[in-house]
Amino acid sequence: MATNAVVVERPAGAGWSRAGGGLARGIATAYLSLVVLLPLAALVWSARSGGFAEFWHQATGPEAMAALKLTLGAAAVVTLVNAVLGTVTAWVLVRDDFRGKSVVNALIDLPFALPTIVAGLTLLALYGPGSPFGVDVAFTRFGILLALLFVTLPFVTRAVQPVLLELDEEMEEAAASLGARPFGVFRRIVFPNLLPAVLSGVALAFARAVGEFGAVVLISGNIPFKTEVSSVYIFGQLQSGNGSGAAAVSVLLLAISLGVLLAIGGFRRWRTRYDRA
Amino acid sequence: MSKYLLRFGVLGYLALVLLVPVGFVFYRAFHNGFAHAWHAVTTPEALHALWLTLLIAAIAVPVNTIVGVILALALVRGHFAGRGLLNAAVDLPLAISPVIVGLGLVLLYGRGGWLGALADDGLKILFALPGMVLATMFVSMPFVVREVVPVLREIGIEQEQAAETLGAAPFQVFRRITFPAIRGAVAYGVVLTTARAIGEFGAVSAVSGNIEGKTQTLPLYVKAQFDGFDTSGAYAASVVLALIAIAVVVSLRFLQPKER
Repeated sequence: MATNAVVVERPAGAGWSRAGGGLARGIATAYLSLVVLLPLAALVWSARSGGFAEFWHQATGPEAMAALKLTLGAAAVVTLVNAVLGTVTAWVLVRDDFRGKSVVNALIDLPFALPTIVAGLTLLALYGPGSPFGVDVAFTRFGILLALLFVTLPFVTRAVQPVLLELDEEMEEAAASLGARPFGVFRRIVFPNLLPAVLSGVALAFARAVGEFGAVVLISGNIPFKTEVSSVYIFGQLQSGNGSGAAAVSVLLLAISLGVLLAIGGFRRWRTRYDRA
Repeated sequence: MSKYLLRFGVLGYLALVLLVPVGFVFYRAFHNGFAHAWHAVTTPEALHALWLTLLIAAIAVPVNTIVGVILALALVRGHFAGRGLLNAAVDLPLAISPVIVGLGLVLLYGRGGWLGALADDGLKILFALPGMVLATMFVSMPFVVREVVPVLREIGIEQEQAAETLGAAPFQVFRRITFPAIRGAVAYGVVLTTARAIGEFGAVSAVSGNIEGKTQTLPLYVKAQFDGFDTSGAYAASVVLALIAIAVVVSLRFLQPKER
């Protein structure tokens, strides 16, 4: 495959890794432990502090469960939409040519850069009550989907673009000259080559959609059992002083989303298992 | 024909989901006139929120840049037990909800937490600057590492070894050989880190206590003004954040390593 530069790992690095390697490793490990791992450990510790039965009771209460189902369902829908539209967007940006393409290409990064609360605010103004388009999706599940589509827009496109750029068009021409129709060429030649990149983007988009807070909190209205997603539920529990309940829901949500991410990663590795011969 | 269908389909989707909403922020902020918007962002509370946002970024971004480069070097050049684990830990912040990050910090540094006693010793973490900085460092940690790692892989170690054979000290090798090669990637990572640090909402709002004029960053200020029915204040502050975002997007384009 020409998609990933195969780099042979060499044993032992240059000088600094002998002299400074231990120090670098120490700093890296200490920083990650202090900033990332310690708060997560405190979270898990707090979730299990009342015993497993209490953890399960808190994590699967009716309101928490409703939020969890909504969160995972919305994330799944948004991820699927992104898989299709993100790939199509990458295709248009790489293979098509039109005036202003570079501007459009630059705009793709905007959701990475725009603070999520600003995104939520403007989406509510545009597609909420008093919408200039006459579309009101505020306080509905559709509003949640819209907010999630905004924040996850770049992931699949940015993952697929570089792979599509390097993809050899001769393969497609060969298939076409042998009588394959355009859709056949896409399905048999292009799609299999893009799939690993699509899956990488999909994993990032899914993780983002499951955890999103700022963009969703305004437009969803946070109605329990209806439009309350898990991150908002967790935030509410924390604000009302139920830290261990919030931790229980968080741990369950993290376990599920890490499971999904591992499954996507595993599928990706399985698909590319012959690539590095 | 299908070419045009795809092109205009994609452009239409991007316009509806992306361009119109961002443009609308500017329209709403300025439709009562520039002076009105200027007045709304120069209130003491708004200026303090902006200052606090920049201060947090000014602490979190350099730390994450320096540690990010060190982490990338350790991950690519080092060979030690637990490297895979370290690699996975770097990506964790991308997979965790910001609210959960904030919750973890509250449970760690709050009353009854493992490090909750720090507050009794006079070192206030929660509802104060240190907690907000920690939350921001957590969520913006992966970007420099993820940009630098692939570049380090690609440049290999021949040049570093050559410099070393010629008698360069380890730090000299880094300064003269390794750093010039990864400079572009570091810059790209710094821009992404800055964007995330300035815009963070969920994690910071969980730990900040959201005290106006004290622990309110600009994104928190936007939400507070909106909740308090001061929509012109909310949009004016949003414009400041959107301008920062646009500056980020433009600089990403200029830093793009290879353009077709």
